[in-house]
Amino acid sequence: MEEKKKVSLGRLFFATLILSAFTFGGGYVIITLMKKRFVDDYHWIDEKEMLDFVAIAQSAPGPIAVNGAIITGYKVAGVPGLFVAVLGTVLPPFVILSVISFFYDAFRSNEIVSMALAGMQAGVGAVIASVVWDMAGGVIKEKDRISDLVMAAAFFLSVFLNVNAVFIILGCGLLGVVRTLAHRKGEKR
Amino acid sequence: MIYLQLFFSFFQIGAFSFGGGYAAMPLIQHQVVDLHGWLTLGEFTDLVTISQMTPGPIAINAATFVGAKVGGMAGSAVATAGCVFPSCILVSMIAWVYFKYRKMELLKGVLKALRPGVVALIAGAGLTVILSTFFGEGAALTAENFHLQEACLFAAAFLILRWKKSDPILVMVLCGAAEILLCTLL
Repeated sequence: MEEKKKVSLGRLFFATLILSAFTFGGGYVIITLMKKRFVDDYHWIDEKEMLDFVAIAQSAPGPIAVNGAIITGYKVAGVPGLFVAVLGTVLPPFVILSVISFFYDAFRSNEIVSMALAGMQAGVGAVIASVVWDMAGGVIKEKDRISDLVMAAAFFLSVFLNVNAVFIILGCGLLGVVRTLAHRKGEKR
Repeated sequence: MIYLQLFFSFFQIGAFSFGGGYAAMPLIQHQVVDLHGWLTLGEFTDLVTISQMTPGPIAINAATFVGAKVGGMAGSAVATAGCVFPSCILVSMIAWVYFKYRKMELLKGVLKALRPGVVALIAGAGLTVILSTFFGEGAALTAENFHLQEACLFAAAFLILRWKKSDPILVMVLCGAAEILLCTLL
């Protein structure tokens, strides 16, 4: 591991920039692409390490793509690498959305565009509904009654009582700590 | 002052969106629409739609878009920095702990416990998007407000996604094209 040569910051920057610019469709897609680029093509990271990186990128809060860039950048070029990789990852969406926001009003008042957006919105609704279907199915399949109850309660609190998502997440995390500790105690007996 | 608000709002979004992608959506909605009124619900659903069509995480897209709208270029830079900042700190911390102890029973337990909550929050935000598609932005949920055409598009898209496992971006583009076609024909 130590003999691995350091990657130049310029190369790291362009590698993350290109990866980010061509990744449509969110977190899980970029993880697959990162593995292909950094493990198979460039050999910056070995395959087993990549699995750990993926686990960390997914378990930390924040966008998975950014988390993946942080840990990869740090691994191949230290702290400067971390910042360069984050910059490379953030720059493409930053530029694209800046341009879009600049033209948004003109863009939105165009009749064809607003029709297309209305139709695509129906599509986005369907995509989200489908994602929720899969995720909720995964939770229910675990046959853990407390999880099901938490899911129902969280939905009720956020939709009907408008409770801040941060509190719901903190509550769930706290419950996780309590349950893990109680489980550990139960095992020791 | 607005820069501080932007930074802090997107800091919270970055710090509490566990599970990537859609997990940030309810937090963005809460901060940007409900709390600060930086975007209307209609603009928020546009943003979600645009985010699906452009590269990059939705949280970064939202930070840039909202920041630019309320604070210009500096605003989008500040909001994006706020969004990424928690990751920089937390990922390094988790990585350090992870490499030191390898098996983190407690971390795994917490992540498992977060899942049902995150799913419920995504469902809630998704419901807002769907209702504003069906009834129009912020309109009362009555029969005369109901948009049959968009509801049919939604149902068709959902069935295609479930049965054919098609690429979501393709399904969305088709929905947009179908809407233009239907509106010009009818």
